[in-house]
Parts: sequence; structure tokens; C-alpha cells
Amino acid sequence: MQDTGQLKKEIAMLLASQKLAVLSTQSAEGYAYASLIAFAAGDDLQTIVLATPRATRKFANIRNNPRVSLLIDDRSNQDTDFHDAKAVTVMGMASEVAVDAGRNSLAALYLEKHPYLDDFLRSPTTAFIQVSVLRYYLVSRFQEVMELHIRDENDLSVI
Amino acid sequence: MKTTFLLSDIIRADADAFGGKAIALFRLHEAGFRVPATVCISTEAYKLFASANGLQEKIQLELHRKKFSDLRWEEIWDSALRIRSLFLRSRMPESLARDISKNAEKNFRNSAVVVRSSAPEEDAAETSFAGLHESFVNIRGVEPILEHVKLVWASLWSDRALLYRQELGLDIGKSAMAVILQELVSGDVSGVTFSLNPTDVEEGVVEAVYGLNQGLVDGAVEPDRWLLHRKKHTIKEHIAPKREKCMLPEEDGVILKDLPADKVNRAPLGPDEVSTIYGEAKRLEEFFGKPQDVEWTKTGSDFFILQARPVTARQDGAADDKRGWYLSLHRSHENLRKLRVKIEQVHFPAMISEAEELAGTDLQLLPDAELAGEITARKAIKEKWTGIYWEDFIPFAHGMRLFGRFYNDTLSPADPFEFVELLSQAPLMSVKRNAALRNIAVYVQQRTDLQQYLAAEAYEEIADAEFNRLMDDFISQYGDPFCSTYGDKACDDSRRSLARVIMQMAGSSNVGTERQNNAGTHKENLETQFFEKFKKGANRDQAEDLLDLARASYRLRDDDNILLAKIEEQFVIALQEGRIRLKQRGIAAADLLSDDEVMRCLTAREFRPGARRRMEQAPEQENRQIKARQLLGQPAGPGIGRGRARVIHSTSDLAFFIKGEILVCDAVDPNMTFVVPLAAGVVERRGGMLIHGAIIAREYGIACVTGVPDAASLIHTGDEVTVDGYLGIVTVGHQRGTNSRHDVEK
Repeated sequence: MQDTGQLKKEIAMLLASQKLAVLSTQSAEGYAYASLIAFAAGDDLQTIVLATPRATRKFANIRNNPRVSLLIDDRSNQDTDFHDAKAVTVMGMASEVAVDAGRNSLAALYLEKHPYLDDFLRSPTTAFIQVSVLRYYLVSRFQEVMELHIRDENDLSVI
Repeated sequence: MKTTFLLSDIIRADADAFGGKAIALFRLHEAGFRVPATVCISTEAYKLFASANGLQEKIQLELHRKKFSDLRWEEIWDSALRIRSLFLRSRMPESLARDISKNAEKNFRNSAVVVRSSAPEEDAAETSFAGLHESFVNIRGVEPILEHVKLVWASLWSDRALLYRQELGLDIGKSAMAVILQELVSGDVSGVTFSLNPTDVEEGVVEAVYGLNQGLVDGAVEPDRWLLHRKKHTIKEHIAPKREKCMLPEEDGVILKDLPADKVNRAPLGPDEVSTIYGEAKRLEEFFGKPQDVEWTKTGSDFFILQARPVTARQDGAADDKRGWYLSLHRSHENLRKLRVKIEQVHFPAMISEAEELAGTDLQLLPDAELAGEITARKAIKEKWTGIYWEDFIPFAHGMRLFGRFYNDTLSPADPFEFVELLSQAPLMSVKRNAALRNIAVYVQQRTDLQQYLAAEAYEEIADAEFNRLMDDFISQYGDPFCSTYGDKACDDSRRSLARVIMQMAGSSNVGTERQNNAGTHKENLETQFFEKFKKGANRDQAEDLLDLARASYRLRDDDNILLAKIEEQFVIALQEGRIRLKQRGIAAADLLSDDEVMRCLTAREFRPGARRRMEQAPEQENRQIKARQLLGQPAGPGIGRGRARVIHSTSDLAFFIKGEILVCDAVDPNMTFVVPLAAGVVERRGGMLIHGAIIAREYGIACVTGVPDAASLIHTGDEVTVDGYLGIVTVGHQRGTNSRHDVEK
């Protein structure tokens, strides 16, 4: 577990195995707000992409405070989860990107995982969100937590 | 559901339901061989019990704390003890208890039984692993039978079974254990017959002892052994041991008794009996179609088969398979009693006098060649004692384990390691050593001038005679802890390190008060509770004896290291003298030479060791990208401690230990324990509840987590660490809103 490469691999595998994440945002009043959302992650673990209708509370929250957190896990709702399940908590900065921006690689990333969400993604009312990951916390064996730093918190370039 | 069957109730030889042992008895019974009255409890009963108590998931959690391959045998033993405790403390579903009780009562009434394991895995394959699971002899009455059934179930997860889990195909989700209740036939003579000697295909073997077979199987009683011609059934050789003891039923258990004089000189079987008994095993071989390993007993002329299983080749495993050695650490009470006498009366006095004798030699007077000889001699002495350490001292630690199981079987406490509290009675040598250091610290605290010298590290200038005397006394009594095991420090330098530790102690406001676990009254209560269970004669004696043995085991396992270190110190001192002379001769790199090179340089003046680069310790490749946030280990010392980490890579790091830090290391060497009273918590990679770090931390009431993989590389000196000694969790990193200063609560 000490090996960075191995930790990265373990996180990447967990991200690849799941379609949905729990996204936590913060309201203007300071309340935490959790919602289930489709996601896709880049191979380099630098970026996670999401899409949401602009009218949603989560989108308003992101506009208010781009510091978000995501939870992705492989639990199966069985007793065995207590020793078997893994979960990764992601901390990052969210920002909206145009679906057609650049070489469109982020949209391709999203659609590769969720091809049936093509229309949804391209709807003018949908916001395409890029989360620049600061760090991951991987929880396994019930209590073991390893931290992987992707960016420095003070790195302003991500905002 | 029917879970309990007589042999005559069994319809087909279903090993999955009844286990290999039960099925062998079933077939023997059917064929008309004489076996004792037997009741079989099917694997279904195990499954009902396990699922009613959520045991599967609890076992999973216990065994998934870390990768199984990372677990040391000591940790496996600890896990097995916790699992055993889970079984003991779980209730049997009522209908199940009724089913077993009804059959036990009907078939045995008040007569004694043997409660035996009958694992489906154990005898199923060609490979049988005898003795991985447990059996209990002379159990009487429904309640005790039910309790022992639970213990047999638990032995599906014994440390031995876990070591051989792959060969056994042990699977937490699927594996289950069947049990046999067998009427106890209190034989005059019992034994084991191999219709085929596993080491010689031309031979068969009969082994016999007076009394119960338990003595033979446990290794407590040495049997008479006959080798026979397989074809002719005639005796080739009789190997008679020194007959001393026999195992007999006593109250509710078994006891090892001295053999009466008339039996000491008489073999338990005559030659004709040996041949007849061997013939029985051959009949069984014919019946089963495979060579058999048969346990039997006889009373008068009545001969009973207790169990039969296929003979298998010994499982020696690969050369690096240490499992056999681990299994050999399971020692009987009798064996440990003898070992204790040897350690206390032979080894320890010899170590003390040997170290003293060595210390008496004035090395400076020796010519170079003689000094080289002295180094060689001391190295040999050191190696001799290291050998004895592995052979006798480490196995003696099993005394604690033996008592722990006994204590848990008797009281089934919520904390399966509660028994450890009973073990510390006489102060450990390292605790006494720490107290002596504290006395020096108290002296220093009262003298500011002395403190100034020490703070300036102007150690040589200290003229305070009393201080110097205290230091000399300390070192002559306990050895210099910086100058032994690791030998990575010149012994003169190490005094400076010791002085630094004393300054840390003196800097503490409460140095005068012993910070030790105040569990005194609690301990007395535990002891009273324990002995209340043993009002009666022989059992009471046995309980007292076992506790006494365990206390000796606990104490000696600490003391032996201190004594070994004193021997090692003498070797290091001689080597040191050699290096000093080489340096005077202009060999600048003398400190970097190996022991052998130092000796060669001393004996042959013309020998010039090759040039070498100073091995700079490469600055640890700091990996800032990955960070341990929360690590899992074993909760080895209850309490919570918070502070900055001090990671110990070598003894010299100890000199920089600051009061209130968390001691983080690969393994707490007993010679390191003098900084433990300064620590707010202890974290170590090596796992176990009964290892030195854990023992000393418990003595001082300091939070301790052991068995954290890569602890010393994942945690860095200066990291803010919280040690949760209740749950076995180490949290690394700052915690907002908490005081960054160390605080320790109990």
C-alpha cells in the first residue's frame, strides 16, 4: 500500500468500477447537500467530470462554493461490506466547462462511460462540470485510510 | 432441524455433514468394530450457531485487518484467541441447545465424554493435518458439554488451522465444523498404531502409554514404541522411554500424575499384546483400503478404537516454511514447567556470571592479537546465547498463551486479553531499569549546575561525584542501552545519549512520581474472581500453578532480553577497543569495518582493508504525494495518546526522544523500552498483544497499537499522530480543533 503507483491503481480501478458518485456541495446558508450523480474520471486521476441541469440545487451550490467532495464506493449492501467494501472520498474544485470546448476530450470521457446520456449532456440546460482533484482518501478494510495528493490546496490555477 | 445423530441414525457416509472422523467411526460401527458410544453433531449445528450470532462477519472483520500474508504467527494466535472468545461469548440458539442436550443426556447421563472435532476438510483429502483442531477429554454434564462444543467449533479457526488454511481450503463463508461426543473409556493403557510407518514402508508402529491417550497425543508423556514387520506382525525393535508420568481423568479434566513404581519398570504392553493390537490396525487398513493411523484404548481385555484416519506423509513443507516451528511453540504445561527451571536456574545465572566475568577483563591490557581472540570469543558467546534465546526463551513465552486460554475458558471475559493484567506481578527488569533512570533524573532536576553541563553536552566536565556514581551504577547493573543490540554507537558516545534521555525525564514536572498503571486493585479483583472458580483441590492447584507459570513467562520474556543485551554489550565494548586501536594506527575508516575485518587487522598488521565509501544514510525519499491518514493495527494497550511522532530507525534516534512524543518503530526492542515512560503512545509494525512493546505500554498505561504495516515508513517524525489503543487505529495528520500538545487519558 506504500507504493504510490499501487495506490493510484487501486483508486483508478474503484473509479472505473462505479457509474454513480455521491456529490457533496454547500449551500449559501452553509448546509452540506449530498446528491447522487453520474461521473467519469480521467486516467491520470487529475479530473472528474459531472453533468447537471442548471436549475438544480447542486448547481447553485457549486456556483456559490466550488469546493466539493465526492464519494465513490463499491459496497453491495451485504454484511461483507464491512471488510470487503472500498470507498474513495475526493476533494476538489468544481468549474463549468463548455461541452464543445477544446478537443472535447472531457466530454468524450463522460460519454464513453455514459453513452446513453448523450442528449442529456448536449442539452443547453445542462451544465458540464469539471472537478480538479486536490486529493483522494481511499478507505479499505473498514478503517484503513490512505491519502493521495494530486494538487496543492494553494494551487490557484485550478480555480 | 435435526442436528444431533447416533451412529446408528446416520443414513449415509456424508463427510460434509459429519466430518471425516465421524464417518470413519460410522463405518467401523457398521462393520462391527468396537467403538465407544458416540453422538455426532452435524455441521448444520455450527452453521445455525454461527448465523444466529453473526459470527461469519465478525470472523471476516477479525481476519481482514490486514493482508493475511502480513500476519505474523503471534498475530494469528491473537486473532484465533479473539475468535475463540467470540464463540465462548455467543449464545447457542435454544432449539439447537435442546437438541444436543437431549441426546447427550439420553446417551451419556452423568458419565464423562470426550468432545472431539470432526472437520469435513481435515480428513477428506489425502493430506490430513492431525491435531489442527481441538478435542476435550473428561467432560461431564450437559452445560459443560455445550460449552466445549463451542470450543471445538472455535478451533476451526485455531492458529494452527489458520496457518494451514490453504491446504485445508478454509473458507470463512463456507467452512463448518462437525463435533463428536464420545463416551470416555478410561483405559489402563492407550496408544496410537500406524499400520504403515510413514518413514518406512516395511514397518508398522505401535505406541503405548499408561492411562489416557491424551498424554501421548499432547506430547506430555513419552510412549513406549514398537517397530513391527508389516507382513509378519512380529516385533523388530522396542524403544522404551524413561517412564515417568501418565495422564488420568480427574474431576472435570485430566491431570498428569507420577507413574507408580511398579509401572515405571514395566512396559504398558507385553509382546503378544503388541502384535494383537498391530493386527487390529492391519484389519482396519484392509477395511478402509488404506494404511491407517489408529487411536485406541484398552481396559482389562476390552479393546476400543477411538478414531482411525489414513496415514499421511509428514508435511514438512518447503525449507522456508516456518509453520512447523511455530506449531512447535505450542508447549504443554509440563514442558513449560521444565523449561522454566532450566531458564531460571541454569541459563540466567550463567548469563549473569558470564557477563560479569567478561566485564572483569581489562581489555586495555591485552596485546592486539589477544584482543582479537577476545573479540572472537565474545562473539561466540553472544551467538551461543542468541541460539538459546530462540531455542528456550522464545518458546517459554507460550506460558502466557497457555494461561490466557485457560483464563478465557474459565471466565469468558469481554476483553479476551484481560488476563494480561494478571501477569504483571513482580516488576519487570526493564521497569526497574526505568525507575533507576528516573532516580537519576530526580537528582539532576535538583541541581541547576548539573543541568547546564548536561544541556551543553559537556559530559566529560561533570565533576559531580554522586551523579557519576549513579550513572556508573546504572550502567553496571543494567548495561548501557545505547551500546548493545545494535552496536551502531560507540559506547562512550552513547553515554551522552543516555544523558539526553535523563534530561528529558528531568524536564518533566512529575518526574518524581511513578507513572504506572494503577490497576492494582482491579488486578486483585480479577485474581479473586479467577480463583473463585476453583474451590476444589487439584484444580485449584493447577490454576495457581498455571498463573505462576504465566507470570514467570511474562517476566522472563522481558528479563531475558536485558540479560542478552548485557552479553552483547561486552562484545561491542571489545570490538570498540579494537576500532580505537586501529584508528590510532591510522586506519581512519575503522568504524566502518566489519567485525571480521577488525579482527584481521588486529592479528595481521600488514592486512589493509579495502577502501570504502562512508555509507551515508540516504535521506529518506520523501514521498509527499501519498500519505497515510488512518492505519489499522491491533489494539494492544488501551488508552488514547496524541502527540508528534518520533520514528525510531536506529537506537541513536532514541536519544532525541522528547517527552510527549509518540514512539513509532518497526519493533520495540526490550532495550528501547526506557523511553516508553516518556511516550504519549506507542505504534509498532511488528504485531501482537503479548510482545514487549505492548507489555511495557500496558505496564505504564500508555496507548499502544501494534501490527501496523510499514508504520515506520508511512509515519514521519514530526507528524501529528493519534493512537487509539481501544480500537487499534492510528490517525496521522493535524486535527482541527484539538490541542496539538500531547495529552494522554486513560
